[in-house]
Amino acid sequence: MAKDELMNYEKALEQFEVVIGLEVHVELNTKTKMFCGCRNEFGDEPNTNVCPICIALPGSLPAVNRRAVESSISIGLALGCEIAPTGRFARKNYFYPDLAKNFQTSQYDEPIAYEGQLEVEVPSGKTFTVLIERAHMEEDAGKLTHVGGNTGRIQGAEYSLVDYNRAGVPLVEIVTKPVYGAGAEAPELAAAYVRSIREIVKALGVSDARMERGNVRCDANVSLRLHGAEKLGTRTETKNVNSLRSIERAVRYEIQRQAAILAKGGTITQETRHWHEDKGATSSGRPKSDADDYRYFPEPDLVPVQPSKELIESLRAALPEQPSVRRKRLQGEWGFSDLEFRDVVNADLLDQIVETVAAGAKPQSARKWWTGELARIANAEEKDAAELAITPAEVAELATLVESGKINDRLAREVLGYVLAGEGSPSSVVAARGLEVVSDDSALLAAIDEALAKQPDVLEKIREGKVQAAGAVIGAVMQAMKGSADAGRVRELILERAAQ
Amino acid sequence: MSELIRKNASELVDLLSSGEVSSVEVTQAHIDRTAAVDSAVHSYLHVSPESALATAAEIDRKRAAGEKLHPLAGLPIAVKDNLTTTDAPTTAGSKILEGWIPQYDATVVRKIREAGMPILGKTNLDEFAMGSSTEFSAYGPSKNPWDLTRIPGGSGGGSSSAVASFQAPIAFGSDTGGSIRFPAAVTGTVGIKPTYGAVSRYGLIALASSLDQVGPVSRNVLDAALLQDLIGGHDPHDSTSLPESLGSMVEAAKRQDVKGLRVGVIKELNGEGFQAGVKARFNESLRLLEAAGAEIVEVSCPSFEYAIAAYYLILPAEASSNLAKFDSVRFGLRKAPDGNPTIERVMAATREAGFGPEVKRRIILGTYALSSGYYDAYYGSAQKVRTLIQRDFAAAFAKADVLASPTAPTTAFKLGEKLEDPLAMYLNDIATIPANLAGIPGISIPNGLADEDGLPVGIQLLAPAREDSRLYQVGAALETMHEEQWGKRMIDFAPELEVR
Ligand SMILES: [Zn+2]
Repeated sequence: MAKDELMNYEKALEQFEVVIGLEVHVELNTKTKMFCGCRNEFGDEPNTNVCPICIALPGSLPAVNRRAVESSISIGLALGCEIAPTGRFARKNYFYPDLAKNFQTSQYDEPIAYEGQLEVEVPSGKTFTVLIERAHMEEDAGKLTHVGGNTGRIQGAEYSLVDYNRAGVPLVEIVTKPVYGAGAEAPELAAAYVRSIREIVKALGVSDARMERGNVRCDANVSLRLHGAEKLGTRTETKNVNSLRSIERAVRYEIQRQAAILAKGGTITQETRHWHEDKGATSSGRPKSDADDYRYFPEPDLVPVQPSKELIESLRAALPEQPSVRRKRLQGEWGFSDLEFRDVVNADLLDQIVETVAAGAKPQSARKWWTGELARIANAEEKDAAELAITPAEVAELATLVESGKINDRLAREVLGYVLAGEGSPSSVVAARGLEVVSDDSALLAAIDEALAKQPDVLEKIREGKVQAAGAVIGAVMQAMKGSADAGRVRELILERAAQ
Repeated sequence: MSELIRKNASELVDLLSSGEVSSVEVTQAHIDRTAAVDSAVHSYLHVSPESALATAAEIDRKRAAGEKLHPLAGLPIAVKDNLTTTDAPTTAGSKILEGWIPQYDATVVRKIREAGMPILGKTNLDEFAMGSSTEFSAYGPSKNPWDLTRIPGGSGGGSSSAVASFQAPIAFGSDTGGSIRFPAAVTGTVGIKPTYGAVSRYGLIALASSLDQVGPVSRNVLDAALLQDLIGGHDPHDSTSLPESLGSMVEAAKRQDVKGLRVGVIKELNGEGFQAGVKARFNESLRLLEAAGAEIVEVSCPSFEYAIAAYYLILPAEASSNLAKFDSVRFGLRKAPDGNPTIERVMAATREAGFGPEVKRRIILGTYALSSGYYDAYYGSAQKVRTLIQRDFAAAFAKADVLASPTAPTTAFKLGEKLEDPLAMYLNDIATIPANLAGIPGISIPNGLADEDGLPVGIQLLAPAREDSRLYQVGAALETMHEEQWGKRMIDFAPELEVR
C-alpha cells in the first residue's frame, strides 16, 4: 500500500472546509429474514439458514417481512422522518457471488422514511443538527471468504466460499444530507452521529446494534472545498469503518490526505476507499463514477409497502425517549456532574453503565470502573471498552466485591485481569485463586506488631495526635501481606493498639 | 388405443368419481398414448410414468376405502416445464438448467398433488418461455398434431400439443404475452390466462414477473374451469397474488348465458395482417353470439399500436434481471472458461454456453433498456404505454362486458418459417399481448378451421380484471353453439396421428 502524503490537521482546516455525509446500515434483529422465513441469526453454521428464496432458486419469489417494515418505520419516526404512505422496492442489478439473485432488492426512489433530523452532541459539548435525507429498507448480501492468494479479495484468491446465512437479512440504510460547518470537529461529529443512531436503534429494540458483528456499519463520505467556495469538492466514500474510533480516525485521515492532494493542485478521485484499522490509513478501492450502472427498476415481484396511518401512529406512540432526553434523565438518576457524564458519553459507555447499574452496582463505581481501569485497558489494546471480554454484570460483581470489602482495589485489578483472560466471573476467580483480602484480625495483628517492633516510635506519635504516622506502618503491613489486606482495617487496628 | 384419452377432463372426472374407471386406467391410457405418438409430436421433455401411476394407485385405494377426495383426484395432468417439481427435472427448456431437480414444488404443483392429480410429465416450451413456436426450446421443437410440419404455438407448445394429441386431458401453461392462448388457438384447444394475480406464480420460473400468469390448457371450457378453481386464490408466497377469491369458474362455465351481453369487437384487432380464414371464422362467431341474444358493439383501443413495442421493452428488462441468477454458483450448468477461471469468466462461459440465441437477444435488449440514460426513453416510455393500454381497456369495458378478437393473426405456420425473423415472430402475439400489459384475463377457444389451409383458428375473449368468470360463461356458451353447429368437438376434426 503506497503511503499517502498527509497535511497537518490544523493546517488542513485553515485552508479547507470539510463536508461529510454518512450512510449507516443497521441490521435489524427480526426473527426472520427480509423476504423469506429463514432465521436471522448471527454465527450459525454456514448455509444452514437458507431456503429457495434467499439462495434465489428459479421460480422463488420474495414476500416482505412485516416486522421489518415496522422496525424501519420506527427508525424513521425516531429520526423525525416523514413516513411514505406507499413505497416500492426496486432491483439494484449487479453480478457478485454474495448476491444470490445478482440483484439486491432495495428501496431506491421511494424510501419508507425521508426528511428527518438528529441533534448530535460532540465531545466539546457543542450540538450539531444532522439532516437525514432518507432511511430505506434493503437486504444484506451473503458473506464471502476468500481463500488462498494474498489479496484478501476475490481477485487473486485461489477460491472463495460463500455463506448465504446473512443473505436477505433486513437492513435499514440511513443516509444524511451533506453536513457542513463541523470544521475540526467533523471526525468527532461523524462518530457521535453513529453513536446516536446506535443508541436509537438499541432503545427501539430493532437491532442488536453491535458494531463488531456488523449490526451497524458506516460508510463515511468526505470532501473538502476552499473556504467560501460554493461548489462541493469531489468526495470519497470510506467503507469498512466498523467502530466509532475507526470512523473518527478515517474521517480525520481523509481530511488530511485530501488536503495534501488539493494543496498541491491535485484532484481527488471519486472512489470507494477502505479503512485499515491496523495501518490507520485508507486505501483506494473501486473507482466510483457515473459508469456504475445498477439498472434500477421497480421490483415487479412485490406490491408496494403501504403502511396504514393507524400502524404509523401506533409505532409513533411506542417510541422510546429521544437519546438527548434519555441522557438528561440518566445523568439526573446517577447524580453525575456534567463533566463526568460527558466523559461517559464520549467514551461510548452509556449503555455499559446502564447495564452495570442494572446489575446492582452503584452508579459512581460503575462509572469509575468503565472510564477508569477498563477504558485504560481498552485503550492499550486499541479497542472500545465495550469490546472487552467482560460483561456489565461481571463489572457490577467486581464493584460489589470491593464495596463489601472482600477484595481491595489492588486485588480487584488483579481479579479483572484474570476475568479478561477468560478465567470466569470475578467471584469464581477470587475463590479459585484465593484472592480474598485477609480479614482475619489475628494475622493482621501479627503483621502489625512485627512492623511496630521495627518502628517503635509510631504508637507514641499517634497518641500525640500525629495520626498520619500510621501510614508508614500500614505500608509495611500491606507489603508483608503482599497486598491482600484491607488497608482500612489495618489502620483501625493500629489506632486501637495506640489507644491501648 | 383406449377411448378414455379422447374424453374431456370433466367427463373423466365424472367417470372417476362414480368409480366407473380407475385413475390407474386413465393414467395408463395416457402413458400408452405418449409412448405411441410423442416421438413424432415431442410434447414432453420428461415423462414420469412411475410416479404418475403411483399417485393414481394411491387415489384408487383411497377411493375404494371411501375416503373423501377432491373432485379432480385421479385426473392426470401435464405440467409445463417452467414450473418447479421436486420429483422431476425442471429445465424451462434451457440447457442452463439441464438435469436440475428443484428443492421445492411450485404452489400450483403442490395444489394438484394435494388434490391427488397424477403428473404425467413436463412439457416442452421455448427456452424460458421466450418464443411463439417452441422452436427456441434447447431440446428441439414440439409439433402441431394437426400438421406435424407446423408449430404448435409457443411458448406453451408442449402443453397445447399434448392436450391436442390426447397425451393429457389437461395441462398447465404460463402466459406472458400469449403463451397459453396462441398455442391453444393453433392446436384447436382451450387456453386461459387468468387475471394477473389470480393464480400463484410461486415456483413458476420467471420470464417477466409483471406479465407472467399460470393458467389451464384443455380441450373444453368446463375442464379449464375445474383446474382454475383448484389453483386460484391467494398465496402468501406470492405477494402479487390477489387477496380475494374470484368465485367459481365451474359455475360460470355451466351458466352459459349470453343474452343481453355486450360483446365489444376491438377495431384494431380485426383488420390488416389477419388471415382471411381467421377473420371469416371470427365474424361467424360474432353472428352466433348475436343470434343467441348478445349485442355486438365496436370498441377502439388506439394504444394497442404500441403494445408490441412496449412489451418488448418491459419483458426483456424484467427478464434480463430475472435471468441474472443463472450464474453457475448455486445450481445448474457450470462451464469452465478457457484460461484463468475467475468468477466473472466462469459466469460468462456458463451463460454463453447455457443460454440460447433468443434468450441472449432479450437479455441484451433488456439490459440496454434499463441502462442509465436510456431508462426513461425505453423502460419509462413502455410503462407509460402500459398505462395507456389500461385506459383503452377501461374505456372499452365501459361499453362492453367482454371484448373479442381473433386470438392470432394466422393459423399455425411452418416450422422454421419465422425462425430467422424475430420481428415477424413477435407479431403473432399482437392480439394477446395487451391483456398481459393490462393484467386482465383472456381465453382462447376453438373457432373453426380456416378455409385456405384447414387449420385451427381461435377466438379470444377478454374481460376486466377479476372478471375471469365472464370468460368461462361466454366461452362455454360459444363452445356449445359451435359444437351444435359442427356436430362434434373441433378437436375431433384433427387428423389421426400415426401410432407407433
Ligand atoms: Zn430464506
